[in-house]
Amino acid sequence: MNDSNKTASFRIRRFLLLGLVISFAVLLSWRAVDLHVVQHDFLKYQGDSRHLRVVKVAAHRGNITDRDGEPLAVSTPVVSVWANPQELMAERKAVAKLARILNMRVDRINRLIARHGGREFAYIKRHINPDVADKIQQADLPGIYTQREYRRYYPAGEVASHLVGFTNIDDVGQEGVELAYDELLSGTPGSKRVIRAGRGQLVENVESISQMQPGEDLVLSIDRRLQYLAYRELKAAVKRNKARSGTVVLLDVKTGEVLAMVNQPSFNPNRRKRGGKSRYRNRAVTDVFEPGSTIKPFTIVAALESGQYKSNTRINTAPGQLRVGKNTVRDMHDYGMLDVSRVLTKSSNVGASKIALSLDADQMWSVFRRIGIGEHTGSTFPGEVTGVLPVYKRWRQFQQATLSFGYGMSVTALQLASAYSVLAADGVKRPVSLFKLDKAPEGEQVIRAGVARSVRAMLETVLGPEGTGRKARVEGYSVAGKTGTVHKSTAGGYAEDRYISLFAGMAPANNPRLVAVVMIDEPRGEDYYGGLVAAPVFSRLMSGALRLLDVPPDRLPVLETRRDGEAQHG
Amino acid sequence: MKVRLDEKSGHYGSGMPALDRLLWRIHMDLPLMLALVLLSAVGLFILYSASGENIQTLYRQATRIGLGLTAMFFMAQISPQSWKRWTPRVYITGIILLVAVIIFGDTSKGAQRWLDLGLIKFQPSELMKLALPMMVAWFLSEKPLPPRMRNLLVCTVIIIVPVVMVAKQPDLGTSLLIAAAGLFTLYLAGLNLRLLMASLVGAGVMAYPVWEYVLRDYQKQRIMTFLNPENDPLGSGYHIIQSKIAVGSGGVYGKGWLNGTQSQLDFLPERNTDFIFAVFTEEFGFIGAILLFTLYLFVILRGLYIAVQAQDTYSRLLAGSLSLTFFVYVFVNTGMVIGLLPVVGVPLPLVSYGGTSIVTLMASFGLLMSIHTHRKLLSP
Repeated sequence: MNDSNKTASFRIRRFLLLGLVISFAVLLSWRAVDLHVVQHDFLKYQGDSRHLRVVKVAAHRGNITDRDGEPLAVSTPVVSVWANPQELMAERKAVAKLARILNMRVDRINRLIARHGGREFAYIKRHINPDVADKIQQADLPGIYTQREYRRYYPAGEVASHLVGFTNIDDVGQEGVELAYDELLSGTPGSKRVIRAGRGQLVENVESISQMQPGEDLVLSIDRRLQYLAYRELKAAVKRNKARSGTVVLLDVKTGEVLAMVNQPSFNPNRRKRGGKSRYRNRAVTDVFEPGSTIKPFTIVAALESGQYKSNTRINTAPGQLRVGKNTVRDMHDYGMLDVSRVLTKSSNVGASKIALSLDADQMWSVFRRIGIGEHTGSTFPGEVTGVLPVYKRWRQFQQATLSFGYGMSVTALQLASAYSVLAADGVKRPVSLFKLDKAPEGEQVIRAGVARSVRAMLETVLGPEGTGRKARVEGYSVAGKTGTVHKSTAGGYAEDRYISLFAGMAPANNPRLVAVVMIDEPRGEDYYGGLVAAPVFSRLMSGALRLLDVPPDRLPVLETRRDGEAQHG
Repeated sequence: MKVRLDEKSGHYGSGMPALDRLLWRIHMDLPLMLALVLLSAVGLFILYSASGENIQTLYRQATRIGLGLTAMFFMAQISPQSWKRWTPRVYITGIILLVAVIIFGDTSKGAQRWLDLGLIKFQPSELMKLALPMMVAWFLSEKPLPPRMRNLLVCTVIIIVPVVMVAKQPDLGTSLLIAAAGLFTLYLAGLNLRLLMASLVGAGVMAYPVWEYVLRDYQKQRIMTFLNPENDPLGSGYHIIQSKIAVGSGGVYGKGWLNGTQSQLDFLPERNTDFIFAVFTEEFGFIGAILLFTLYLFVILRGLYIAVQAQDTYSRLLAGSLSLTFFVYVFVNTGMVIGLLPVVGVPLPLVSYGGTSIVTLMASFGLLMSIHTHRKLLSP
């Protein structure tokens, strides 16, 4: 091979080499164009989908307050710890560390993980305090995540628990107002886009996709002071009388608002135990009872409306019992001749029956219907029942007689209070409200004002020297009301020794502001008469409530000048 | 040729500017040095971002670059003739050290690559990157070119022995680079092209037994993964998928320095070392990638220019081989990051975080500068 040949060969070689380098450079550049430009959108989407995540933003649940804005249910932010079991499974050290921070047992966490082994989500601990949550976040454990949640607190505790209800751990209403107005309270969770790093920790908020809509606040009609007062008195009475349960309802006559609604037994919504579901019942609206003598005023309303009776119309109740068909209606004593007013004062069953039997069934039924027996009160409370009022067309004679003194129908405490409000408001019926109202709703005149006033005057005599409800008196105020002592109905008839003690009344009698119903179920102490068991509760509640609401006294203190006889059968 | 250059530019004669004269005297090549310093600076910049703004990492890397530049300076002071004389000894030393690694070597991450010399840890395979092309060049420079068959066989032995030893460590990336360096020297020496083709075909046929008996499982895995990364997105395909996403999501202009989501958020593996190019392109985009390619291309072409200008066979073969090896370096790394080549553990030269390779690379550029600046310019 000669020199020029050699040189030529090497020149080719050189160009070949240069060509190689350049073509590889072009290849790289082409690939760069391919990735950066051609596939850019796809790869950018892929990248974004790796680190951009949409997460839910828990909505703040609305507060529930009393009419003065005092909190009854509030939400505070807490943190829940959850794990991706598939990630955590292999991390023994992480589990040990987690257990130490959360003060849990390692095997408990391991069991949790094992149980959710096939999934990617398992709660480790709910609702931990922010300081513990900070420690978890700082530890940066693999497969461990946290989420912001809200925990519900109930400052009024057991006092308002039936009314307010409670939420479960997922912040969903389970009972009471929390359940009934869950949608309104819970608001709408928002969502936001966040950047997550390769190992899952949240790095940065990018944008808010939809704003979190906090739930609305609810202002209840109840007055926390009155609620406490009612609760204290009821609890004491239930305990004193060894009763099974009890309920007190206090209504504002002018607006129909519920100012207090308490039950016994109660529960602490902040620290609920398993079982004992019966404690959760808001008996004031869910439990019915036969109203007994407390219904008599409405029998009198029907009598006065019929035109056959005036308040001084005389009725012979001797000999203290009345045969109706095969059955007998009995009074405690033989009261002899009573006028209509004293039928209430003495709470005569015979008198009420005689009146009832002289009336048309539909007249009586119409009155009961108009005051809301057998109907919802309009409270919208979950689980509210209507009670039973038999249709008049099927009434038999004896039934008509017993209905006149409150057997054979059933009511809730709230219904009874609502019915008494009609008398208190001069015959105007307003829907019951659990929420604070800006102004009194338009009522409906269901009883003539004059009739309502005269029945109210009769009810004042119940607290008079001869009445059954003397213990319901409130110093400085005129009170109208009615006692009730009801034999409990059991399977196969009425129990001889199990009673419900009732008192329903209003004050001040001339221009009532408040109506209250006190119901004590199965007092097992010495006393069981409504006038002895329920009336004192009414008295203490009313006297406190009237003063707290600054209702001017309408009566000078009455000196008791003579001793009264035995309290009468209600 | 030398005279023509001198006449044409008047560059290297007595009328040389002072700076050029100084650089000539200390045996530095200004264009090459500027390009290398620029590359190192870019490297530090992107390393700051890739390391999660860790200033300690940056200091360590800067120290290594300083060490590399020093090595380059010293290499350049020694004339190619001296290097040529010492070549067999350097090569033998390299082989001995490789044997030492097999016997005493440190094992880390399942590979036996390191020799613990007390103060520093040293990777003898890095020395081989220089020693092997030097040895082949030395051997062929004394023989008639193009090389005869008998000499070719000797060269093959010179190449195969260290390549196999390194491959067994196992370090596929480095053994590939060493093999490339040797083969380039052969090619530049005028290896018959038909023979080269024949041997490439032969290599293709040999690939099967190599696949079956030589390659380790993890190496096979890498090749399989390269062929279809989506097959195993959570396992071995993870690197390539995340890397392609990083590169592609950068777009034309990139996401900006310190703003790459794939890299900053820890999705990208090995982002300080082998996959640092992905960080770079995610943050600086297509424009950045092209600029970086241009810089590398400049270094390679300057090296090849030095080879063309070299005055003796040894220098020419060595300079060409070193430049082309550098090219393989860049191509294999970037090709891997953008999904053109399988994942082979080759760092991005002068940019990836890591000690030995920077020093070796700088030393090889020192050799190039030595070759360029020890020429006899004013010979008649």
